[in-house]
Amino acid sequence: MGWRTVRAILIWAALALAIGVPIALAAASEQLAWRGPVYILAGFAGIIALGLVLVQPLLIGGYLPGFSAYRGRRAHHWIGGAIALAIVIHVAGLWITSPPDMIDALTFSSPTPFSPFGVIAMWAIFIVALLAALRRRLGLRPRTWRFVHMPLAIVIVAGSVVHCLLIEGTMETISKATLCAAVLAAAVKVMIDLQVWRKRRTLRGESIARQ
Amino acid sequence: MTMIVLNRRNLLAAGGSVLATGMLATGVPGLLLPARADGLAPTESMSGGANNYRKGAAIVDRIGKGGFWMSGTVRRAGDGAPLAGQRIQIWAHTVEGQEHEPQSHGATLTDKDGKFRLEMPQIIPIFGQPHGHLAYDSGEFKTVFLRPVMRSAKETSLEAHFVLQPA
Repeated sequence: MGWRTVRAILIWAALALAIGVPIALAAASEQLAWRGPVYILAGFAGIIALGLVLVQPLLIGGYLPGFSAYRGRRAHHWIGGAIALAIVIHVAGLWITSPPDMIDALTFSSPTPFSPFGVIAMWAIFIVALLAALRRRLGLRPRTWRFVHMPLAIVIVAGSVVHCLLIEGTMETISKATLCAAVLAAAVKVMIDLQVWRKRRTLRGESIARQ
Repeated sequence: MTMIVLNRRNLLAAGGSVLATGMLATGVPGLLLPARADGLAPTESMSGGANNYRKGAAIVDRIGKGGFWMSGTVRRAGDGAPLAGQRIQIWAHTVEGQEHEPQSHGATLTDKDGKFRLEMPQIIPIFGQPHGHLAYDSGEFKTVFLRPVMRSAKETSLEAHFVLQPA
């Protein structure tokens, strides 16, 4: 087995653990005993969305072995849609569980400090998903798209991480903090590696060359 | 023509300051209340305090099977005199039911020292915070809804204090 294969296995195993362990530990939480099915579904939709936020920069940075630049980009689009869907389930489930608490959160009048971070990240996710879906129709050039997407990506990553860390719920503390650290690290690394703030004409050429 | 200079450094700085102000504004509302010179200030309703309130919960010896203690005091604004016989309603998401369910609600009366204490099932975290709800809503004084948060979900008691002003 060559080094490339070992490296590929290690990378995928690390990703599976970073996302799988927090989900498994949340699934073992004693809190679940006191929750209804809709509330449980809403909570896990949120955890899965955070896990997918980790996958996004890894795909676009070409860090996941087996994904070419083209396939990575395609997967990034689909997973972006999946994140938006997970957030809809998260919010709808919490709304059904306790309408007044969800309305407080959405109107930024919630007593819980983590709510506004989640709501801001939610709107950033919806805007990115909408613009991505309409990107061709709107005729957005790659540079314009990057100029819009990068600040929103920062809002999504920072908002999601703060939202998640401040919540006391089913997630186990250490696995939650580890997942959040991985999300931050992946986002920072891809932005540095791809030099997203530089003027550049050769993004595609570079990504393909690196594969 | 103005140019918007966007780089990693000023974006991160801006993001950081937005996060910081958000934390300050939402994290410590109690510290932002103005001090009052004319005696004891009335308690303001807390944001979200009235969520899942069911008017007219019955006075009970204990909510459900108990195991957790909710206690506090009720005093009059201005002179701080204890208010006896005041009805305080209590509800929370507990091990025996969700916040909105009738069995999660109950009420008790203050004693001659203005103190109240009601046993209820263990409160558990709901919507990201282990918290209880209390209401004074009997008409004689202005209605107040409180939403105290437990320092840890493992605690088995919680306190909340009312200072009421005439309606």
